[in-house]
Amino acid sequence: MAKYNLKINGKVRPVEVDPATPVLWVLRDHLNLVGTKYGCGIAQCGACTVHLNGNAVRSCQLPVSAVGSQAITTIEGLSEKGDHPVQKAWLEHDVAQCGYCQAGQIMSAVSLLKSMAAANRSDPSDEDIQAFMSGNICRCGTYTRVRAAIKDAAQQ
Amino acid sequence: MAFEVLPDAFHAQEPNVKPQTSNLKPIQDMSTSRRDFLKWTAAGGGGLLLGFTWTGTRALDHIEADGASAVAPVEFNSYLSIAPDGTVSILSPNPEVGQGIKTAFPIIVAEELDVDWTKVKVLQAPLDSKRFERQVAGGSGSIPHSWTRLRKAGATARQMLMEAAAKRWSVPVGELTTDKGTVIHAAGKRKATYGELANEAAQIPVPTDVKLKDKKDFKLIGSSVRNVDNKAITTGKPLFGLDTQREGMLIAMVQHPPTFGNKLKSVDAIAAKAMPGIVDVVTFKDNIAIVGKSTWQVKKARAAVKAEYEKADELESSSDHDRLFREMLASGNATVRRKDGDVEAAFKNAAKVVKAEYQCPFLPHSPLEPMNFFAHVKFDGDKPVSAELIGPTQTPELARNETAKLLGITPDKVTVDLTRQGGGFGRRLKADYVHDAVEVSRLVKAPVKVIWTREDDMTGGSYRPAVRYRFEAALDAQGTMIGYRLRGASINAGNATREHNFPSGAVPNLLIDSVDHKSPITTGAWRAPITNFLAFAEQSFLDEVAQAAGKDPVQFRLDLLEKAKKAPVGDVKYDIDRMIGVIKLAAEKSNWGKKKDVAQGFSVYFSHLSYVAQVGEVVMQKGKPVLQKIYAAADCGIVVNQSGARQQIMGGIVDGLGHAMYGKMTFQNGTPEQTNYNNYRLIRLNEIPEVDVHFVDNGIDPTGLGEPALPPTGAAAANAFFKATGKRLYNQPFAEQELFKGVS
Repeated sequence: MAKYNLKINGKVRPVEVDPATPVLWVLRDHLNLVGTKYGCGIAQCGACTVHLNGNAVRSCQLPVSAVGSQAITTIEGLSEKGDHPVQKAWLEHDVAQCGYCQAGQIMSAVSLLKSMAAANRSDPSDEDIQAFMSGNICRCGTYTRVRAAIKDAAQQ
Repeated sequence: MAFEVLPDAFHAQEPNVKPQTSNLKPIQDMSTSRRDFLKWTAAGGGGLLLGFTWTGTRALDHIEADGASAVAPVEFNSYLSIAPDGTVSILSPNPEVGQGIKTAFPIIVAEELDVDWTKVKVLQAPLDSKRFERQVAGGSGSIPHSWTRLRKAGATARQMLMEAAAKRWSVPVGELTTDKGTVIHAAGKRKATYGELANEAAQIPVPTDVKLKDKKDFKLIGSSVRNVDNKAITTGKPLFGLDTQREGMLIAMVQHPPTFGNKLKSVDAIAAKAMPGIVDVVTFKDNIAIVGKSTWQVKKARAAVKAEYEKADELESSSDHDRLFREMLASGNATVRRKDGDVEAAFKNAAKVVKAEYQCPFLPHSPLEPMNFFAHVKFDGDKPVSAELIGPTQTPELARNETAKLLGITPDKVTVDLTRQGGGFGRRLKADYVHDAVEVSRLVKAPVKVIWTREDDMTGGSYRPAVRYRFEAALDAQGTMIGYRLRGASINAGNATREHNFPSGAVPNLLIDSVDHKSPITTGAWRAPITNFLAFAEQSFLDEVAQAAGKDPVQFRLDLLEKAKKAPVGDVKYDIDRMIGVIKLAAEKSNWGKKKDVAQGFSVYFSHLSYVAQVGEVVMQKGKPVLQKIYAAADCGIVVNQSGARQQIMGGIVDGLGHAMYGKMTFQNGTPEQTNYNNYRLIRLNEIPEVDVHFVDNGIDPTGLGEPALPPTGAAAANAFFKATGKRLYNQPFAEQELFKGVS
């Protein structure tokens, strides 16, 4: 067991856990931040996507000991009122079916739009979206609306 | 390229639900709703919970019995209550697995109640067999079962509110109208809100015969209403079974025998028990449960458990199944499912005979939320006396009853709270993972949440059965199908045919039979059971027969249906006109047969009371066939929620296509060879076609949509691939067939 002061959603959260514990389970079991989902545990489905210093990472493969002072953002910390442009686009397009994968989809989509903005582009092409979003599985098959919502959010 | 083609009025036809996200109500916060629900049931309870009956009950009984204050919501019936501030709470009783029932049911109640949808709060009901019927998510049956019941729930309350207003104003009830939660007396220029009238309305005897709305007056039904849990989903609120947290709750993983046909021989858990955070390692039946304080500690300790297994049954491999299929197709000992005319003579006199065989593998359901459940078994000394269950299940009643049996208590001592569910697809019709939670809670005498890992989930059984079909068709000199033979050979499917489905009824001489092999590999219902593969095989075969007959595939089907209409052979258990309707609509919308540079494939299927026709479109890109679009025409009667219904069609198509293209579960000596998403491929965003959805508008009472869009997809795609390449697909997954060799 080791002690860590994790920077999560703008707050310092102390935890005492096994250094190998994936951030996914630190969030879910120790900090009651359960919006980040477990789907596969091997970085294949994207349900556990969070941001580490603003970049999308699979938290199931990120040991807590590797985080250090880097800032973690989870779906709960994406916006105060749930009104991030990507969240709003998800509501507008009624994307979710079962909803289980959607936190991961949203976190990946936000990261995609950030990288677009960094490259001074506002219109993600189908190819951009495919490249960035194909790591997120939606077992219900909501991909059509995921894509439409991303394109919409990019205009905000 | 893939996008959704939306109807022009997608956002425009929502009189009560404004398109702005700020008005996307009701939005359920789990913690708030829980509190509200308790308050509500406290007001309505008092030991006088009434069943959903319409005679001789007075809604006020609930309130008076508990001495609740006047500000408490007034409960009108099992489904709805109205608070003095006008808030309407609607309980949605059926399990929500992504099929949209939690939104669809309240829409129906709210329509008849004539209430402002933005004032409606939707709550998930727990299992309550006294108040509700058929709390099941399965068979696409919720909407057809509850349609009238839900309408009456809304209409009865509306009638009581109008009668209360009539009494208050001393006017005939016939002079009153309602609009958006208000009773209006136009002549007297008076109006009162439902909230203002609720307490008086509760004193009105419950009417036994209420008039339902004329369907042409529907405002909410048929519009696009968004998922009531959207806000909670997009902000990561605890909603799902896996999110359950309780004071003192332990986490458990359960290791089942890793091989079908093996049983547990011995366990060495000494090292595991000594690991940090581990509370105990216990066994029940052939399973080992590792119980501890956190998921990661339990997972690590599990790796330290040493277990030995021994053979208890046949250890089957996929190669054994291929051999068994050949034997079953050659067997003289099949169960006859349907026999019309003289099929032997028809084949003897045929001008042409077409034969083909189709095979599909086992499939895991792999809902993205793996199996999990919370159980808290409570004791009097050493004797279990009650159990609290919380979690994702498509059949809460089964979970309750099996738990009661397991613990030797009566079902009324078991409560089941339903969470939102990260997909179901039939997997959660079974209660095996509920048993795990109950067994572990009983053994460690603590509240426990059992979590299956993805590997447990994928290798844990209850698969879509593997099936091989043999079809034979006899054509006369004019290309008319005069004989049809189908044999279904299956592993743990029981009857792999649906003998009364099309083309039965349209062929004078027909024989459908089946042979089944009993295997230790467990199987279960998988979204659109049997038809999820049968439809592909049958609709591909009919494409082949049409080709052999020299006829257009659409016209060939229409000719058969016209024949069934004029001279039906035996029972016809589908509506011929409705099937013709979706065929014609799909052909019209896809401009069937008139497109250049696009290869089209047709498919139509009737399942779970709904009709869906699809046209797949394939183009060749750099020498490779690419499915770029699927048109769907569906007849589910009245569309309750446009947005939800379209999602079900699109999702069903993506699901059907994904599993036809990539899905495969194989075995080596009883051990599953696919274990997680790295070696079991699910369809991803870059692999989907554009989907264009259309509905037949016929005003018929609605049927379900959770399943019916999936069955036709495989053949719509395969027939288009054939048209483009001249190669037929007989086996799933398609990606492994010759046509796709070298195509990633």
